[in-house]
Amino acid sequence: MATTTTKTGLLVGQRIRRREDPRLITGTATYVDDIQMPGMQHACIVRSPHGAAKIKSINVKPALEFPGVAAVFTGKDTEKVGPVPCGSSLPGLRVPHHHILAMDRVYFVGHPVAVVVASDRYIARDAAEALEVDYEPLPAVSDPEKALAPGAPAVHPEWPDNTAFNYHQDGGDIEKAFAAADVIVKQRITSQRLIPAAMETRGVVAQWLAGDRALTLHTSTQVPHLVRTLVAQMLGLEENRLRVITPEVGGGFGSKLNVYAEEALMGFVAMKIGKPVKWIESRRENFTCTIHGRGHVDYFEVAAKRDGTLLGIKLKLIQDLGAYHQLLTPAIPTLSVLMMPGLYKCQNIRADIVGVFTNAVPTDAYRGAGRPEATHGIERMMDVLAAELKMDPVEIRRKNFIANDAFPFHTATGLVYDSGNYAAPLDKALETVGYKKLRQEQKEAREQGRLMGIGLSTYGEICAIGPSPATPAGGWESATVKIEPSGKVTVMTGCSPHGQGEETTFAQIAGDELGVGIDDVLVVHGDTAIVQYGIGTFGSRGTAIGGTAMYFAIQELKEKIKKYGALLLNSDDVTFADGVCTDNQTGKSVPLAHIAAASYRAMKLPPNTEPGLVATYFWEPPNFTFPFGAHIVVTEVDRDTGDIEIKRYVAVDDCGNILNPLIVEGQVHGGVVQGLGQALWEQAVYDDSGQLVTGELMDYALPKAGNIPWIETGHTITPSPVNPLGVKGVGEAGTIGCSPAIVNSVVDALSPLGVRHIDMPMTPEKIWNLIQAGGRA
Amino acid sequence: MTRSITLTLNGTKRTDTVEPRLLLIHYLREVAGLTGPHIGCETSLCGACTVHVDGQAVKSCTMFAVQADGSHVLTIEGLDAAGQLDPMQEAFWNEHGLQCGFCTPGMIMTAKQIVERNPSPSDEEIREGLQGNLCRCTGYQHIVNAVRSLSAKA
Repeated sequence: MATTTTKTGLLVGQRIRRREDPRLITGTATYVDDIQMPGMQHACIVRSPHGAAKIKSINVKPALEFPGVAAVFTGKDTEKVGPVPCGSSLPGLRVPHHHILAMDRVYFVGHPVAVVVASDRYIARDAAEALEVDYEPLPAVSDPEKALAPGAPAVHPEWPDNTAFNYHQDGGDIEKAFAAADVIVKQRITSQRLIPAAMETRGVVAQWLAGDRALTLHTSTQVPHLVRTLVAQMLGLEENRLRVITPEVGGGFGSKLNVYAEEALMGFVAMKIGKPVKWIESRRENFTCTIHGRGHVDYFEVAAKRDGTLLGIKLKLIQDLGAYHQLLTPAIPTLSVLMMPGLYKCQNIRADIVGVFTNAVPTDAYRGAGRPEATHGIERMMDVLAAELKMDPVEIRRKNFIANDAFPFHTATGLVYDSGNYAAPLDKALETVGYKKLRQEQKEAREQGRLMGIGLSTYGEICAIGPSPATPAGGWESATVKIEPSGKVTVMTGCSPHGQGEETTFAQIAGDELGVGIDDVLVVHGDTAIVQYGIGTFGSRGTAIGGTAMYFAIQELKEKIKKYGALLLNSDDVTFADGVCTDNQTGKSVPLAHIAAASYRAMKLPPNTEPGLVATYFWEPPNFTFPFGAHIVVTEVDRDTGDIEIKRYVAVDDCGNILNPLIVEGQVHGGVVQGLGQALWEQAVYDDSGQLVTGELMDYALPKAGNIPWIETGHTITPSPVNPLGVKGVGEAGTIGCSPAIVNSVVDALSPLGVRHIDMPMTPEKIWNLIQAGGRA
Repeated sequence: MTRSITLTLNGTKRTDTVEPRLLLIHYLREVAGLTGPHIGCETSLCGACTVHVDGQAVKSCTMFAVQADGSHVLTIEGLDAAGQLDPMQEAFWNEHGLQCGFCTPGMIMTAKQIVERNPSPSDEEIREGLQGNLCRCTGYQHIVNAVRSLSAKA
């Protein structure tokens, strides 16, 4: 009966290897493309090769004539399917109607035009090649600043200024701050378009059971319940007739925090043909029609006193939106504005955002989503200011840090920072890297004519997104905890992890709270027919919100456990700890498994208590969390080649309490390397005709094992008061802290040439040209 | 239009009739039902489909199934055939050498090749050996740790 294992010591805080790994290392995990169904058809989508064009005609006949082709659908067939949804609602936002297949016009390379369905994926591709679309190419514009210029081609003819929205935010008294300044520094800073490039592309398997009026979508997403609600709306299907299953998901990084045309399209196709249908995105499609990230042009002005005290920050932010709004497209730059003061006590800000339509795939959330841009901006500007004032970049940051006793701290942008000790990770990073000695080495290197740089960022981020009023779809999270009759524990989380390791960390928490072993806990997620409504995994929210929801569900269960324990022990004074209920008077005890069995057998019930041990909790967080940290990068630039060698990379992060150091390290490493990718190599480039010239892995340089440095990690711990776990979130920290640290390092290396700023990516060609020009960009 | 091929797949001989244009990865996944090797790009750049063909690590999207006729092919599913994890699988698990797991089957097959060719690789040699396999989650550091843990010097 008592099948739970006896547990020694706490699970939380241990380097425990992951519960999800056995299926992944043996190749037995099931991703969308691994699903086979009897009679399953394969879809191939015909997409626009033009950045902008009129569709004059479509001839589907050559495709339909291929043996094995089941159906072809175009925009006329899917016209009544609802638009791809935009979840954000800024005042005056222009929202183009986003049909799932193009109607009479295409707006970006990759825009879906038709879908070919066949018995085999090779035949589907052959037939898609044969389908004839007669396009009339139109002038396109893909650069957001060019799109704002008078006379630019209109992406949407009804809005010739290409402006989707203007958004302003003020805090404090910016005019007074600038009037009082000793010094004002200005800099244009870009955060280029990036391709998230999860290793698993998107994919959908749809199955329609007409007799049950039941549609099942297996889709590679971070937000299964949102997909269910919104795709059901698009298809005009009752929400409870749509089941969304998220099997194994091969990475997301924000690119699967969305509802895509193809998800509704495959539902539509399955309902039309009455057979299951599979669509697997090719890598080329992934680059052209899954959202991109970033796409900022920022004009910063910073006012300060001679001693380095920040007085005010002005930002004009031009956001490249692409041709449509995906789920969160217009909201991303508003997150940047929230974090524009960084870790500094500056109380005067003004931000003006203009959201610009371009002939390109929409931008949306990509790892960090608005916060890397904000951090890159403020951390670059701190160095620009330090250079102007001839101050050490460490000193200027210390001077402006929010003090330890100022928390909770109300920012000029309306946030309340939960807790912080900003000097702690900086001190630790400086000590680890040996800062003073390094500056001495740098002096000697410069005397020898070598270009050595030391750069840092002290970053803050807004995580655990977020309280519901701050989100378009609810910012809570849910958990159901079931103690089965055998005493085994099943957790159903509304989160939808895809590599973050929540099957392990959640089991650690539940194991400690209930006094059972980690193997006694099973964490289930990603099936809307099994799991209660949930929000999903993004914005460094999984553990801080989803883990907390589970924690509170367990607290409710503990009360019930005690009632059953009291009944079994015939006592009215019991405690529950370490998996047993103990009579405080007699010392007699009864284990959890006995209590569980008794609660389901229900021969006797405690007063006012129902049978069974199941609790569901929806937790609404009272605030975001605000992790922080310091990254220091030491570089040396090769004068002859422009190549950047990273000699040291030190990352000290403070993400609150740490549940599993092994997993936290992995999150930091991965985040840092995505930051390095942006800083050094990655850029989605559209030419003037709207053609994506970095349309494949051959042209888009992802970081590889041999191109990146050893990352030295460290931590300080400042628990969050927002949740009882004291955790803050760590999924995006590495990316947010990284890019300004390495750019600051390379600018520092080139500063003897007079260089004050370099835009990303810092390719060897760009750096070499800068050196050749004597530092003048 | 079709051809018969016979190969030894994870130690078992099998014969199938395939189209000459069928990629080896599609043969493995859809004909033989081995969905461990994954398709990340179909253009031989990501390495998620890496298997061993006659002892050599090969990106199975760069080969036609008919080219594997007569070969011994080993996929991730063949590593623990005896019910025991391969030491490299165990090493990836111990060192947290994976997150989303999509690149992992190919990564492990490549990692095995690295230590088969050089039992005591330096970190630089490990990283060089992994250049053909992309991972977007881990930043590679824990993968390097996993491979190093099996180095004869470890």
